[in-house]
Amino acid sequence: MKSIKNHISLVLALTSILFAIQTLIVTHRALEAYEKNLKTNYSIVVVSDKVLNEKTLKSKSSLIESVEDIEVDDAIKRIDSSISKNNLELLKLSLPDFYKLTLSKYPTPSEIKQLKKQLKTLSGVKKIEDFKTSYDTSYKLLTLFGTVVTVFSVVVFVITSLLILKELRIWQYIHKDRMNIMGLFGAPKWLSSAVLFRLAIIDAVISSFLVFIAYAFIKNSDWLGEKLSTVGIDIEIFDFVNDFPILFVAAVLLSILLATAIAFSHKEEV
Amino acid sequence: MDKVIVAQGLSLAYEKSEMIIKDASFAIESGSFVFITGASGSGKSTLLKSFYGALSPVSGSLIVGGVELKGVSRSKLNLLRRHIGIVFQDYKLVNEWTIEKNVSLPLVINGYEKSVTENQVDTLLKHVRLKHQTGKYPLELSGGEQQRVAMARALAHNPIMILADEPTGNLDDYSAQLIWNLLAGANEQLNTTVVVVTHRIPQSLGIDYRHFHIEYGNIHEVN
Repeated sequence: MKSIKNHISLVLALTSILFAIQTLIVTHRALEAYEKNLKTNYSIVVVSDKVLNEKTLKSKSSLIESVEDIEVDDAIKRIDSSISKNNLELLKLSLPDFYKLTLSKYPTPSEIKQLKKQLKTLSGVKKIEDFKTSYDTSYKLLTLFGTVVTVFSVVVFVITSLLILKELRIWQYIHKDRMNIMGLFGAPKWLSSAVLFRLAIIDAVISSFLVFIAYAFIKNSDWLGEKLSTVGIDIEIFDFVNDFPILFVAAVLLSILLATAIAFSHKEEV
Repeated sequence: MDKVIVAQGLSLAYEKSEMIIKDASFAIESGSFVFITGASGSGKSTLLKSFYGALSPVSGSLIVGGVELKGVSRSKLNLLRRHIGIVFQDYKLVNEWTIEKNVSLPLVINGYEKSVTENQVDTLLKHVRLKHQTGKYPLELSGGEQQRVAMARALAHNPIMILADEPTGNLDDYSAQLIWNLLAGANEQLNTTVVVVTHRIPQSLGIDYRHFHIEYGNIHEVN
């Protein structure tokens, strides 16, 4: 019973840490997906009196991925069919050139400010429309959510690490006698602490599977799928093939660290 | 005769300001049976601890089994301990292990094969008259029986030397006699050096022995 209790304490602590890690991974993956989604749909428009080519525009910022001329013909045709052909030609000549710039990533407010500043140095540029306000609200909300999750995960990590340290002291006490006795008969450190490492690895395996099962359950929840598609996230944010090894290695490393700390802090009683 | 323990100007202390053993010089020959006596707190157990390297000399030299213990490395000390059997007054058995597993400990540490270990444990449990208790845990046994398990463990790997710290201190006369017989048997039949710290030397041991007495930190041999 005592032994089960000791297992449970470490398994719970490890599971909390793994859950925090997995939550961080999933949240950041979701944010990345949303950012990608925004990036695909987002572009800025540059209005210029002079003709600009792609090379000139790209030289102003590495953020610019591609440049596309916006044809004004269709827009003019839609204005009014009663305008005479000559006037239409005149209007077309008097209109500036429009360029649609797509970016390599969804820019932050400071990046967009810098980009606009750079583009304005180009001769002929009259106006730059960034359409940022309409995109920004939901993005900022998601970024805030990401920050909150990160802070939460760090807090969970710190608190659980303190719990593990407490657990370490309990384990030290429990295993002290056996390690002492084995030491008296000349057992090397690795042998006298082998039980610790075995227990730690077993607990790491149990915790990894617990988190795996919990996330498998969440993944198959209709509720979550619905919520994610509402915010336009349509990717596999639960990537078990890549995530499980990360969690497993993290759990094993943490528990081995714990066992090593106990083994090396053990002092023979005189 | 080979000397298994050689002390030259040996001083021992837990804190440098308070010497427990002062400037002791003596030698113990291989195959001898030695008693170390003295009043409580005289330093008998401290001296025994120094023989298995649990306490390092403050000054002087202490050579056990050919190994200088002053400043000895952990790995060398482990190697030495694999050739020593130790018996304590409080048995020092692993309570979560069966008595077989406790007895097999030195064999496992010394890397004996499983079949050899099992045979040796079986023989030893018969030798200490505990075969009928196989599968039990130390806390299910009486004090005398636990000490016999500890004796079997100390003998398991055919050590060059057995160090016993008050091995009969907690036992009734019958159990104490069994332990003395086992120690004397190991000394006589296997030529194992036996060093025993005790308050009382048994009357009917039936073998030759040497007797060191500790008083005020000084060791002298009693003839």
